[in-house]
Amino acid sequence: MTTAAAAVPLTAQAFKTDYKPIWCPGCGDYSVLAAMTKAFAMLELRPENVAVVSGIGCSSRIPAYTSCYGFHGVHGRALAAGTGLKIARPDLTVLVAGGDGDGYSIGGNHFLHSCRRNVDLTYVVMDNHVYGMTKGQPSPTTEPDWDSKLSPGGTGLRTFHPLVIALAAGANFIARAFSGDPNGTAQILAEAIRTPGFSFVEILSPCVTFRPEQRDWKNQVRAAPVASTDDPARAAKRIMTDDGFNIGVLYKGARKPFQPPVGRGTRLPADFEAEFSI
Amino acid sequence: MSPAKTARKVKTRRAAAKRGVPGRKSAGARTGGDRAGFLARAWSMEVEAAERYAMLADAMEEHNNRDVAELFRKLARIEQLHADQLVAESPSGRPPGLPAGGMRWEEGEEGPETADPGELHYRMQPYHALAIALACEKRANRFFANYARKARNPAVRKAAKEMAEEEAGHVRLIEDWLKRTPEPARDWDGDPDPPVLSD
Amino acid sequence: MGETPLARPEASSISIALTGSGGAGVMTAGTMLLNAAAEAGWYGLMVRSSGPQIRGGEAAALLRIAARTVDCLDDRFDLVIGADWQNIHRFADEIPLDAASVMIGDPDQGAPPEVFIKHGPRLAHVAFKKIAKSIPGSWPNMIMLGVAAALIGLPLEVLRNALRKSYKKGGEGLAASLAAVEAGIAAARALPAIPRLFPPRPHDKARWSITGNEAAGYGAIRGGVRFAAAYPITPATEVLEWMAPALARVGGILVQAEDELASINMAIGASFGGVPSLTATAGPGLSLMTEALGLAVAAEVPVVVIDVMRGGPSTGIPAKSEQSDVNIAVYGLHGDAPRVVVAPNSIADCLTATQWAVHLAESLQVPAIVLSDQYFGQTRGIVDRPADLSFMGERSRAEGGAEAYKRYALTPSGVSPMAVPGTPGTAYTAEGLEHNERGIPSSQSADHVAQLAKREKKLQLHDYGKHWAELAGEGEVAVVTFGSCTGPVREALGRIAAEGGRARLVSMRLLAPAQPERLARVLEGAKRVLVVEQNQGAQFYRYLRAHFELPGEVRSFHRPGPLPIRPGEIYRQITEWSRA
Repeated sequence: MTTAAAAVPLTAQAFKTDYKPIWCPGCGDYSVLAAMTKAFAMLELRPENVAVVSGIGCSSRIPAYTSCYGFHGVHGRALAAGTGLKIARPDLTVLVAGGDGDGYSIGGNHFLHSCRRNVDLTYVVMDNHVYGMTKGQPSPTTEPDWDSKLSPGGTGLRTFHPLVIALAAGANFIARAFSGDPNGTAQILAEAIRTPGFSFVEILSPCVTFRPEQRDWKNQVRAAPVASTDDPARAAKRIMTDDGFNIGVLYKGARKPFQPPVGRGTRLPADFEAEFSI
Repeated sequence: MSPAKTARKVKTRRAAAKRGVPGRKSAGARTGGDRAGFLARAWSMEVEAAERYAMLADAMEEHNNRDVAELFRKLARIEQLHADQLVAESPSGRPPGLPAGGMRWEEGEEGPETADPGELHYRMQPYHALAIALACEKRANRFFANYARKARNPAVRKAAKEMAEEEAGHVRLIEDWLKRTPEPARDWDGDPDPPVLSD
Repeated sequence: MGETPLARPEASSISIALTGSGGAGVMTAGTMLLNAAAEAGWYGLMVRSSGPQIRGGEAAALLRIAARTVDCLDDRFDLVIGADWQNIHRFADEIPLDAASVMIGDPDQGAPPEVFIKHGPRLAHVAFKKIAKSIPGSWPNMIMLGVAAALIGLPLEVLRNALRKSYKKGGEGLAASLAAVEAGIAAARALPAIPRLFPPRPHDKARWSITGNEAAGYGAIRGGVRFAAAYPITPATEVLEWMAPALARVGGILVQAEDELASINMAIGASFGGVPSLTATAGPGLSLMTEALGLAVAAEVPVVVIDVMRGGPSTGIPAKSEQSDVNIAVYGLHGDAPRVVVAPNSIADCLTATQWAVHLAESLQVPAIVLSDQYFGQTRGIVDRPADLSFMGERSRAEGGAEAYKRYALTPSGVSPMAVPGTPGTAYTAEGLEHNERGIPSSQSADHVAQLAKREKKLQLHDYGKHWAELAGEGEVAVVTFGSCTGPVREALGRIAAEGGRARLVSMRLLAPAQPERLARVLEGAKRVLVVEQNQGAQFYRYLRAHFELPGEVRSFHRPGPLPIRPGEIYRQITEWSRA
């Protein structure tokens, strides 16, 4: 590839593959894919310099649907894999993606510590409040009274609040998006990727198969009434008191990302011998 | 939509878009202002619509709904043809006024002619697909009508108006098509089997 | 163990235990004694044994100093020097004594525990605390050091040098310690003699002072590892602590993870990015990592895991050695998941084996587990400098071409060129789902069959060269072992050889993939095969039985940790079998 060719910005379409998603028609994840590729195009990235890392679940199938380098790992560990990749290869744009079960349940610990660690990557959770690939079990964001075979009558558990937890754990950028608005989502994703540090974007992405009532989300979402803040206390109040349908960037801090220097050492392995020599 | 009608539609579009002439910068960012901006918007709208229809076709194909897949594929081809015609004279194959990384619409909006993937259902019928397309054409018509109303540059205003009329023609076309298409049976979304397990 | 000592042709070694409870400083004294012995030209090793208390617990520094390399503790101890005897009875099994042993205690601390005395050691006294009190700024452990040095015949000047080195800035501490050491030497004149250690043999070999954990970390860096993810766990933490600054100096990075699930996945993520990567852990951590190791098998991402084995199952015995992770290492992943398992056979070999493991992981795009153990990891040895090895991670790299890139292409060797993110034209998704050659998920039988065979084949076809095992001796008796049992086996066979007997040693460095033809070749003609390992379930023996043909009569000698397997036990196994 010549430098001249590399200089021409690519369209969103150039970030897609011909590999067809297995997502149910109507699934919000199609729009997230569209938004993600739009964001990559807006930022004038090259597919080979982007890595999309995921775990297991419907939404975690997303890496292979992009023309970027992809990593489809094990359930719940996408953030860990993405963290290792970004620290080892700070030159890459790393986007970690997955669902609410992957990120908030089995991967919950990595979520907390990724917020704390503040590595410069973007974490996208396509939240549909359900485990889809295993046929409809409640996830941490599922309402306590949602009936299912596995938890008849509902779990009775309080729903997990990912945004306020992200804030408390130290995420530097927190936004909520809605899959039904791919352009708005693309803009949020672009801002998330541009913002140094750990950027967390929770995308409401309906599951039309197991949560068909979520098709109505498009009538419930609205732009957050106020602009984003860099004050965690204000952000906390805002996030804690909204109804979960305010869309936009809700918190944006200026915390320095965690990136230990790599490639700066000048010693050779043989130099260590003196340490052991008698 | 017959190929002949499609070709006619394309021709009109090209003419209309080209008619836009450089205008004052102050014509307003929201309406693209000058001819280049207008062309970029018109082109992007078609391209996005085409890409989205292709995506919907893929989704239906993957879910073995061939009739609807073919219909979306046809719509994708038509929209792509429109886009190509709009930039037939541009050496890069892209409109000169296109921002790097593609068109950015007003916040929170898709391209006006772009279908919402959230409307899909794996058992949907061509009738449903046409209803989606109809909504897209209506939005496109409204978009150009608004554009024409707001544009201060007379040439852009004229071009937008022509495009709006063209889109109105498409609305009528799809309405006719819908009339020829059987309405879905009441149990169109029925499926005796439960969903399957995956990963 | 209170049997009559065996005839010991290796009389050129002396074993010393320094014991005491919190504040006695026996580890510091032991380290100084080892360092001084190294300065004097001797070889040796020091095993640390401690109670579970973070501070204040009973502790024992178990040293063996010798005229030539030693890879294990001896059957018995010549000398025990106790600052005090509080809870020291807990170490009775670890410090076998006999009538020739000498126990030296502080008269103000009472008599040594009965579990020691019953073996009939000669008892003697030195008032460590009182003497130390008379030398302002000194500690009783320096008196103990002086006593030990005098009894083994360590030259005073060498001891002084070793002390100066440990007090880098000199000053009052040094003067007081020097005075204390000399007071100890003076006190030793009244003590019963132990055999004086053979003077060091003249040699021009370069020697190192190193622990197995340091050696493993160093081997990893020599092999090309530049990323490590770390979660602390006994007894593996020192691998990571050594690597943290070392990696930074060679342009790499170590990151502390939130748990072992994160550390292994971070390492795999970094390796996917093209950087040779590693983590180190022990059994509990390895258990947590097995799912991700399966991912590395399926997605063909190179990664090295050093498992410093400790007593199991569950939390088990964290700071003591056991070879009981054989099963999890060779079998512990779900599905058919070929992986590489290598085992170092000495402290120094922790370097070689780990460097080789990096090479194998990178060459074969596979996870490699290094089965070290607590004995290797936390024992400091004075060893011959390990040979320089050319093994480096050499990953087959893909460059963009005209054709669509097939990450998991079926090649004659089974290894497919791996693209590194950032390379145009070769983007692919590393995939843990079964996939086709392009990496697209597939549940079709043809793809599953082809990819399983590919991943198996690449390990089977590789030429592992002579490094697959350490071989020595000849004869109709063969001992097959691995890891830290190699030292005692080697020593037992040395005794047999010294008595005119003949036996061969096969210490397997490559446990997986199984190479049955290679073992069959070196065991040709053997009439008796003894398999030696340190675990309850004879895991290694059963693994050999499952995958290898063993000739002649085969016996298993296995017992669990935490007590080290001693040369005498193996010697008895072989000689009694020969008499039978």
